[in-house]
Amino acid sequence: MLSVQDTNTPVTFSPELLSKFADVVSRYPEGKQKSALLPILHLVQAEYGWTSVPAMDKVAEFLSIQPIEVYEVASFYTMYFLKPQGKYMLEVCRTGPCEIVGATPIMEHIEKTLGVKEGDVTPDGLFSWRGVECLAACGFGPVLQIGPEYTFYENLTTDSVDKLIGDLKGKANN
Amino acid sequence: MARKLLLEHINVPGINTFDVYRSKGGYAAVEKALKTLTPDEVVEEVKKSGLRGRGGAGFPTGMKWSFLAKPEGVARYLVCNADESEPGTFKDRYLMTYLPHLLIEGMIVASFALGAKTSYIYVRGEMMPQIRILEKAIAEAKAKGFLGKNILGTGYDLELYVQPGGGAYICGEETALLESLEGKRGNPRIKPPFPAIAGLYGCPTVVNNVESIAAVVPIINEGGDEYAKLGIGRSTGTKLISAGGNLRKPGVYEIDLGLPVEEFLYSDEYCGGIANGKRLKAVVAGGSSVPILPANLFLKTINNEPRLMSYESLADGGFVSGTMMGSGGFIAYDEDQCIVRNTWNFARFYHHESCGQCSPCREGTGWMEKVLHRLEYGHGKMSDMDLLVDVSKKIEGNTICPLGDAAAWPVASAIRHFRDEFEWHVTNPSAAVSGNFGIAHYADPLPKLEEAAS
Amino acid sequence: MKVTIDGFPIEVEAGTTILNAARMIGGDIVPPAMCYYSKLEGTGGKCRTCLVQVTKGSEKDPRPMPKLVASCRTTVMDGMEVKNITSPEVIEARKGVVEMLLINHPLDCPVCDQAGECHLQDLGYEHGAAKTRYEFDRRTFEKIDIGDKIQLHMTRCILCYRCVFVADQITDHRIHGILNRGDHSEISTYIQKAVDNDFSGNVIDVCPVGALTDKTFRFKNRVWFTKPVEAHRECENPKCCGKVTLWYKGEDVIRVTARKDEYGEAEEFICNTCRFDKKKTSDWVIEGPRKVSHKSVISSNHYDTLHPLPVVKTNPVLIEANKEQFERETRL
Repeated sequence: MLSVQDTNTPVTFSPELLSKFADVVSRYPEGKQKSALLPILHLVQAEYGWTSVPAMDKVAEFLSIQPIEVYEVASFYTMYFLKPQGKYMLEVCRTGPCEIVGATPIMEHIEKTLGVKEGDVTPDGLFSWRGVECLAACGFGPVLQIGPEYTFYENLTTDSVDKLIGDLKGKANN
Repeated sequence: MARKLLLEHINVPGINTFDVYRSKGGYAAVEKALKTLTPDEVVEEVKKSGLRGRGGAGFPTGMKWSFLAKPEGVARYLVCNADESEPGTFKDRYLMTYLPHLLIEGMIVASFALGAKTSYIYVRGEMMPQIRILEKAIAEAKAKGFLGKNILGTGYDLELYVQPGGGAYICGEETALLESLEGKRGNPRIKPPFPAIAGLYGCPTVVNNVESIAAVVPIINEGGDEYAKLGIGRSTGTKLISAGGNLRKPGVYEIDLGLPVEEFLYSDEYCGGIANGKRLKAVVAGGSSVPILPANLFLKTINNEPRLMSYESLADGGFVSGTMMGSGGFIAYDEDQCIVRNTWNFARFYHHESCGQCSPCREGTGWMEKVLHRLEYGHGKMSDMDLLVDVSKKIEGNTICPLGDAAAWPVASAIRHFRDEFEWHVTNPSAAVSGNFGIAHYADPLPKLEEAAS
Repeated sequence: MKVTIDGFPIEVEAGTTILNAARMIGGDIVPPAMCYYSKLEGTGGKCRTCLVQVTKGSEKDPRPMPKLVASCRTTVMDGMEVKNITSPEVIEARKGVVEMLLINHPLDCPVCDQAGECHLQDLGYEHGAAKTRYEFDRRTFEKIDIGDKIQLHMTRCILCYRCVFVADQITDHRIHGILNRGDHSEISTYIQKAVDNDFSGNVIDVCPVGALTDKTFRFKNRVWFTKPVEAHRECENPKCCGKVTLWYKGEDVIRVTARKDEYGEAEEFICNTCRFDKKKTSDWVIEGPRKVSHKSVISSNHYDTLHPLPVVKTNPVLIEANKEQFERETRL
């Protein structure tokens, strides 16, 4: 059983978000609205930074499915965060081709620079990081991505990582 | 310089926009197919082309299409598999980034051939930028009358949507992909029934890789027979190879199937040799799932013939001394790479990506990862190699989907070809943690067959 | 359609699976099944214990199938020939599957309520090696209560998904499911929620191992010391058949379950009132002792009739001995 935070904080989706949901649902045949679940969870995460239980319950209500069906899906796929993360989640590819061109030193450098372990959030709430499996950019490794836009940073060096972290800090403070 | 069928215009500025793509002859295949051919004739052209599925299995695409059930009054679907996640493979990301209209054009032609009125491109969720590129391109194509109702006045209607995944390698397996597209966990389905009979929403469905769909465009433009003239034997046409690892020029290359591997690896037109002047130790030729080969067995077959980049030549020697084309994810390892570490890395990947539905894969992938971890970190035993081979055999062939095989092959092949490196990790644990085994004899010329026999 | 399994031919209807054809033949050629459940649609294919070898596809296409197939999900073809226990490959593969199922399964049978009627225990006994080759920590979970009557001991779960199918098909809505993936998968409600539904107790009956157990029976007795008796009642619940097995310890009903067939499957599902709330003999119409297979450990020390045999009634020595025996058992 996962520990779940903020279980009781109610969530209300904005009309803009709801209209995006409706647009997604319109892509599928009638009665197949459950197909919208993955795209809608992405929209929820982009809005709130993670997929909380109240938000997932609301999604279930919107799609007329059982809440457990949403939990099952959200916990199966790695992209959905079941707990809050830093504003910028640095996801570094750690699989074979990236590994042989230096993914591990990059992750060690990020850990040292941010001062937090994999999966933890920096005290200012800005950053978290984790190793992820193959991001399909094997020719340009090491690579990392940052959601919710999933912007890509390729051919990483410790210097380019420092610059990236610096830029993101600057962006957040302005 | 070989002809490029897919990447011909890749360097044209603005080729990702409709207008530039169209000015370079884009969407001609849609016009030709919808206006001058019947759906069956399109299928026939694809059959004649000999195109084999570019996602990894290499099953003939035309044949897959002809298996599609066509009951009256039941919707049919085409789903494009853009869940590219096989370690070593990044051609689909490249294609979608720079040539989104090529994929869309292929989708229109293929949907027409199959009689699909709604088609989906299932893109892995991490590729959000590509999803936005495709959505923009679809909107452009729709505005120009190539999608939507009554396309080009032919009476054919097609809606095309992009579906994001959620982060799961297993969704590259076609039935897991369909489950995911239905909003469920990506658990592969138990077959039969195959998607051609009961796929998306229980309707007849074809699932094709991005590159396969894109290849339909040149096939229609030039005719299946012309396409089949390229390549060698049953490996027809061109193939995108994602070249990564310790190469001087990693990237995506379009090759005529049948190109000698030596040329691909060392010529300046392609990979340009090994980075930093080092020597080649090993190659994974078709994505992490296929057997790894030492340099000598990769460059030459066991019969001492030059190996070619084709389905047949790469598989020459079977699992004993050959490998597979797979999805074309080419990973080169230089003399400083540790095969044990790489095998552990891949085993971790499959352990992480197993859906957990069937017991051999769920339990076996984790077991292999743990044993390999201990070998890599100097706590292994001599008996571990046999244990790993045995566990991999208990997974292979006994699972619901091919992920079990994909997890078993890299481990079994690494031990088959690099056993002495594994043993060295056991006998020299501290050296194995701080240094590595090096290139050893893995690049030595193979013994001449006649000499070996006499 | 004619199919031959381990040399035994049988005529079956089209659409029958190999497993069900084997069950019609019966005996030791029936493949074991940990996840398939004939009363639940869509089950099967996952545990891989029922793998068999198809040596001849059909009369029309006699080619053998390239891989072993899950007999529970493969339908027969006319003229098909199947090897189960006569195939060394199958035996080897099954041994492998059992090993996989056991590497993360605790060996806590001595304190597990399922012991004696556990399918994994049977399977391990028949196919497993005596020693494990797995030298790492086993996967463990905290025990949790899902509702006041059912305990989930996830550590023992083999992820057969049967309980999920029960919730989907027998109860009105499902609140538990499979979370996470790979070997981190677990049965859970995600947030603390009681599985509260008239038919939720059936998850206990379908669980092939001791992952879902009846809290009202927890540690009450070993099943082989209990006396199973068939009984029925007029159940108010229209969907409940009211036909059960009562498990006695002395004069007390300590557990109520659905009636199970020779493959351990419930013949008909029962409601929670029958299962958890009707624990008095007076609640039930007793039909007679349950026939227990002589192979089952539960059959040990069991009479075939409810009362002492007639010969006992007329023999004073035996009456005395029976009384002593009865008292001793009651004390235990």
